[in-house]
Amino acid sequence: MALIWVALAAAVGVPIAAAALSPLLEWRGAVYILAGFAGIIALGLVLVQPLLIGGYLPGLSAYRGRRAHHWIGGALVAAVVIHVGGLWITSPPDMVDALLFSSPTPFSPWGVIAMWAIFAVALLAAFRRRWGLRAQTWRIAHMPLAIVIVAGSVVHGLLIEGTMETVSKAVLCALVLAATVKAMVDLRVWRKRGTLRG
Amino acid sequence: MTTVVLNRRNLLAAGGSVLAVGVSGLLLPARAEGLAPTPSMPGGTNNYRKGAPIVDRIGKGGFWMTGTVRRAGDGAPLAGQRVHIWAHTIEGQEHEPHSHGATLTDKNGAFRLEMPQIIPIFGQPHGHLAYDSGEFKAVFLRPVMRSAKETSLEAHFVLQPV
Repeated sequence: MALIWVALAAAVGVPIAAAALSPLLEWRGAVYILAGFAGIIALGLVLVQPLLIGGYLPGLSAYRGRRAHHWIGGALVAAVVIHVGGLWITSPPDMVDALLFSSPTPFSPWGVIAMWAIFAVALLAAFRRRWGLRAQTWRIAHMPLAIVIVAGSVVHGLLIEGTMETVSKAVLCALVLAATVKAMVDLRVWRKRGTLRG
Repeated sequence: MTTVVLNRRNLLAAGGSVLAVGVSGLLLPARAEGLAPTPSMPGGTNNYRKGAPIVDRIGKGGFWMTGTVRRAGDGAPLAGQRVHIWAHTIEGQEHEPHSHGATLTDKNGAFRLEMPQIIPIFGQPHGHLAYDSGEFKAVFLRPVMRSAKETSLEAHFVLQPV
């Protein structure tokens, strides 16, 4: 049972540890390093999300899994804000180019689109009750955005040549995709009838 | 006012000349247009600082930025042109003054400036080059290295008179 937790810790921890050993860090300022690691942690959080909502982490009840999914969602917003804010401070013109979709780097639009999708889900989640969104309406909004977040984050991460070590990055991205597909299939999110979670 | 007379002879002549111009245009696009000017690249102006000094070498060196400067149209090499170079290197970030330097092209329009090793910044190992002296239209280039391990990078300018 504990094996899944160990595997999750390794899937998220190994890429972070490998990035911490990157020789590139020597030539980067503190803010740039912080921004980079916020991005790596955000990718790790994107892996945790489907595992929580799918109920794959032993020892967590469905209720606590859902609560954790909400809090991790908030942490994801914070990580993305630190990532973008830190990169803005490091090189304002490069960040402005990325946000305006006029960047020469092919990975930028993927990251920016995933960022807006993350913000959109957080906004919907925050006002879900106040706006009286029904479970099905919520799912119709959240699921496409979740796909955009996962696909955008994975492509963004894979195309970047930075501090992340290539193999551990690819493994983390593959796990993010696999966990997302499995959770969506298991929870039958595309069925018309409601499910217990979501 | 001219009167356009549409008859068989005019139409044949017009059609023939259109055909001739069109076909030769397709066969010899370079000859017809001449050497096209290099467009600026997206992000090329990022962290540019005006007035970088002409130097023998940026910092301690170890990496070579090379290239050529030619004139649009006839492709003639342009000597004595100032090329401004900057990048994120092992000795400093893009916006820092000591990461910037300029050099002049030789009589063959070639330039070559030693600088510190470029390292990946914002997800790509890349350099910045600018021509911004006024005689020709300003051009800002942002070439990307095929691998971060490479120890040289080249960029070529074709400039258009203002």
